[in-house]
This record gives sequence, C-alpha cells and structure tokens, in this order.
Amino acid sequence: MLKKPTWKSTLQSLLYLLPALIFIGIFNIYPIFKSLAMSFYEDYNIFTGEVGEYGLANFIKIFNDPSFFTAIRNTFIFVLGVVPISIVLSLLIAIMLNRIEILSSFFRSVYFLPFVTSTVAISIVWNWLYHTRYGLINYFLGFIGIEPIAWLTNPDFALPALIIMSIWKGLGYNIILFLVGLNNIDKTYYQAARIDGARSWQQFVNITVPLLSPYILLVSIIGVINSFKVFTEVYSLFSGRPGPAGSALTMVFYIYEKFYTEYQYGVATAAGIVLFLIILVFTLLQRWISKRFIYN
Amino acid sequence: MQVTFENVNMAFDKNTVLDNINFNIPENELVTILGPSGCGKSTTLMLISGLIFPSDGKIYFGDKEVTKMDAVDRKVGMVFQNYALYPHLTVSENIQFPLKMEKMKKKERQARALELAKLVKIEDQIDKKPGELSGGQQQRVAIARALAKEPSLLLMDEPLSNLDARLRIEMREEIRRIQQETGVTTVFVTHDQEEALSISDHIMVLNEGYIQQYSTPTDLYNNPENLFVAKFLGNPIINELAIDEALNLSALHIEKQATAKAKTVAIRPENFYEVEDEKEALITGTVRFVEVIGKNVTVHVDTALGDLVATELGFVHEQGDKIMLGVHEEDLLLFDEGGQIIQRGGNHA
Repeated sequence: MLKKPTWKSTLQSLLYLLPALIFIGIFNIYPIFKSLAMSFYEDYNIFTGEVGEYGLANFIKIFNDPSFFTAIRNTFIFVLGVVPISIVLSLLIAIMLNRIEILSSFFRSVYFLPFVTSTVAISIVWNWLYHTRYGLINYFLGFIGIEPIAWLTNPDFALPALIIMSIWKGLGYNIILFLVGLNNIDKTYYQAARIDGARSWQQFVNITVPLLSPYILLVSIIGVINSFKVFTEVYSLFSGRPGPAGSALTMVFYIYEKFYTEYQYGVATAAGIVLFLIILVFTLLQRWISKRFIYN
Repeated sequence: MQVTFENVNMAFDKNTVLDNINFNIPENELVTILGPSGCGKSTTLMLISGLIFPSDGKIYFGDKEVTKMDAVDRKVGMVFQNYALYPHLTVSENIQFPLKMEKMKKKERQARALELAKLVKIEDQIDKKPGELSGGQQQRVAIARALAKEPSLLLMDEPLSNLDARLRIEMREEIRRIQQETGVTTVFVTHDQEEALSISDHIMVLNEGYIQQYSTPTDLYNNPENLFVAKFLGNPIINELAIDEALNLSALHIEKQATAKAKTVAIRPENFYEVEDEKEALITGTVRFVEVIGKNVTVHVDTALGDLVATELGFVHEQGDKIMLGVHEEDLLLFDEGGQIIQRGGNHA
C-alpha cells in the first residue's frame, strides 16, 4: 500500500518523526553547530554568553600545545593497535563459533558479554588483572619467565594495557557482525570450491574473505570511529587520570580536560573540530577503498 | 571414466535415502538420474562428487575405489542447480578458479578460460561479473567452470530448473552438444522426464531410494518394468485403468492367463484409436472436453472407469460426443497387484 506523497501525508509523517527529532535537535544537531561556532570564540564569558571577538586563536593554541600532539599520537597508536588486531581475532573466533555445533548459543553469549558489560566494571576487573604484584597477568607471565610488568604505572606500558583491554571489550560486537556475515554466505559456494579443488585455507582466502569483505569494512569503520573516540576506558582504567605521566592521553581525554577541568571551552571545541576532521578523512578513505576493492 | 556403485546405502539420521543401490555408468555417455523430488537423485549425485559419503557400500571410479575420497581430490566437474558462480569474480576468473587451485600459470589458465568460454559461447561476456548475466549465460559459465580442469566426469544437478521454458530447451541441446564435443562422461540429475528422454544415452529412474529401471530412453518409454516408470514417463500421463467388466478385453487377442493375474491396464494416450463397432472397442465414453494447443489436440473422455486422455484421434470431436476407443494388443501394458509388468502386448515380459 504505497500512497502518493501529498502535503498532508508529508506533514503526517513529520508528526511521527517529531518526538525523536526534537531530542536529536537539542542534543545532537544544535551542539554540532554551536561547538563549530564556539571553536572560533575568543575572549568568551560562559556566564554572560558574551563573545569578545571571533578568530583562529583557539586553533593556534592547540597546535602549539605539545600535549595536543601527544593526544593525537596516542590516539593513532590506539586505533592502529585496536582495529586490525580486533578484526583478525574476532574473525577467527567467529569462524570457530560458526563451526561449533554443541552449545553454540552459549558460546555466542559468552563472547558477547564483554560488550554489554559496563566499561567501568570491566576497567575495575582489568585494574586487578594488571596489578603489578597481585595481578593474574603478571602471575601467568611469571610462568614463562617474564618479570612483573608495571602495566598501569609504567608510562611505556600504559597504552598497550589500554589497547589490550579495548580489543577484548570490542570482540563480542565484531564477532556478532561477522557471524551474521558468515551465515549470509551461501553454503553451495563452499561445495563448489571443494569440487574445484580448493582446500580449507584456499576456501578461506578465495571465498570467505572476499564474500565477507562488506562486513569487514563495516566492522573496520565502526572500529575506527569508536577507537578515535576512546575516553571511558582511559578514565576508568587509570582512575580519572590520562595514564602515568599523561602517557595514555587521548584526544577525547584532552578535550575533556580542557573543557571540564581547565574551563577552556574554545580550545576544547577547537580540538573537537580537529578530531571530527580526522575521523571524516578516515571514513572517506575507507569508503574510497571499499569502492575499489570490495565486492558487493 | 566409469562410475560404479556397489551396495551403496545412504541414511541421514535414521532416514534411509538410498537403499542398497548398484549401478554402473559407462564411459563417454550421458546418463540421467530421473525421479520425483525426494527420491534420492541429488543424494546420488552428491555421493559421486564426494561432497557427502555413503553410510555403507563402495564407490568406484574406473577400477579405483574412491568411497572415502573427499570432493577436493576426486577431480570431477559439477554444475549446481543455482550455478554457485563466485559472485566476486568475473566470468573469466570463475572459469579459471579450478585451474588456479591447481596452481596453473596465469597466462596458461587465461588462455584455457577463453577456449572454454568459446566452447560454451560466452566469450563476449568474459569480463562481466555473474550478477550481470542472464540465467542462461550463468548456466554456460557454470558448465565452462566445471569443464575447466578437463574432468573425466561431469555432474549436473538439475541444471535447467532455474531457466524459462524456451531457454531450457535451448540449453539442453547445448549440454548435449558440449557433451558430445568433449566426450566427457556426464551424470545429469532431473525431475523432468521430457528433459531426460531428450538428451540421455541411458536413464536411471529412481524412486523411494530404489532404482526402478535403468535403460535407454526408448526402452523405458516402451517397456516400463513397473507402473511407476510407466506413469513417470510420457506427457500426457499414461492412462491407468483397473481391470473391470467395463473393459471389453475380449476385443483384444490376449491370453486369458495373463489377464487373470493383471490388476491394472495402462495405455499411452497416443495409442488409442476410434472404432465404429462396439465389439471392437476396448472402452466407450463421452467426450468431456477437447483441448487444442496449436497442432496438439487432446481429447478428455469420461468413461465408467474414470477419465481417459487420447491425443491421436485425428477427427476433432465436440463436447458430449459418444466415443468408442480401441487399442492394438501390442500397445497394451498389463501390471500385477504390486505394479510390476506382466505382459506387454501379446508377449510375456
């Protein structure tokens, strides 16, 4: 029953959309434009709302701030560490889960649990796992003769600790998406491949990976965007600090510090705009890659 | 290459699909496995391919036992019902795929793919993806891919069922041509008797896990071994009449002892002819309706024994006409209680 669009029907449908639209407008659309404007504010009084003048001072300030570059560098290391490893690991686990026949839904739930658990709770558990003297991780590393690592207090290990926890936390979501993708691959392709003489590894490379590529792209885009926005993990793993000596300072943490602890609203929004541009560039890049290499 | 099944059983869980099957597929022939859906014909094909393994029994390729060998190593070619062309590869890459798995050099396999594309007449579509091709073109690509590694055995699982009627006839002729040009032993699975009769050297009729009859198309049509085969082959379906007083068997010169055991008489629609004298008529009835499709005239007749269909009466009747039908003794098929043939025409089976 598809009706022709009329003014009346358009207004009607707008009415249905309105409740959600109001909240999206207030909490998403308006802040986007407001923060874009705020990044150009100079000499701003938040209580009176007076703006002294407009200019690029905020951007000049962050690009002269070494800790802003540390934040960018850390965020990039984080993204490059989390996304590829997470994709490979979750793909492997998804394939194994897809093959398992007994208790398959039990195992699926188990792997999905970390994703639905609160990040703060996870961080508390990992805080214990990472503990230099009593942590399970150092305990097991001790078996293979590795000296205890000060995961959370040594600046060299803070970022790796953050990456490991984030990979583990994100696995469940990726696995679910990959399981959907694997189920969508027609089984006769594998029969045809066997007839054509393709062994397991050749089937994986020639059938599974190409036919799963739309899902790999989806997972990588979501992964990149989420990883660029990493904040809660840092905040709760390092008890509200950006790691020892700022070694786990990420971009969103930088923005948070500027906004809530230093009250430099202009600087914070300017950093936000830069983060937005970085994410935009990466997303466009991924889309461009997908058009060239991904079958659909 | 010959294929031999020796006492093959196949059961899924407790469900027996094939029950002690024995047959031999001769070299260089096109053999069709024909049967209704669920008769085990696709299972038989899968067993030949090595995609599944029998619960019991042995399978031979030539003299070599291959019962436990996986599809990867059997090196047969197969065309799937839905073609199963790799959607992310071009036509050429699809045809090359089995050769790539054999690690053939790129130049060589491209040349071979082109050669095969020419054989199946698809060379002008070689750079397209399967999604851009019509059903018939996909079918051709699937055949080319199946033939790529020069298999000694080509398997086809209902390859024509996804095509429209006209294309189906064209493609079945193509399959026959390609099979004869290459001489590859071919096993063709279908539920369509007309398809089977038109292209096969031999037909194996399967039903409920048993081979009903395995013979040449003409022999199957003319000398069915049981009622199932008689009814499964031929269109319109064979007329099946219970032996009854309404049937004037005295009009025919057949031995009494044959009719004594017979429960059912079967007569092909084209074997009825009209008679003037009631004594010569096997059965009489009234014309229920006349179906005219181009040059084919089918007459439906109401009789005391139910509906009859006759196709070669020559004279066009009108609805309600009284009609007397005769048949030659040699065109009569007699079946016993179990549906097995007793007699065909004047001769004992």
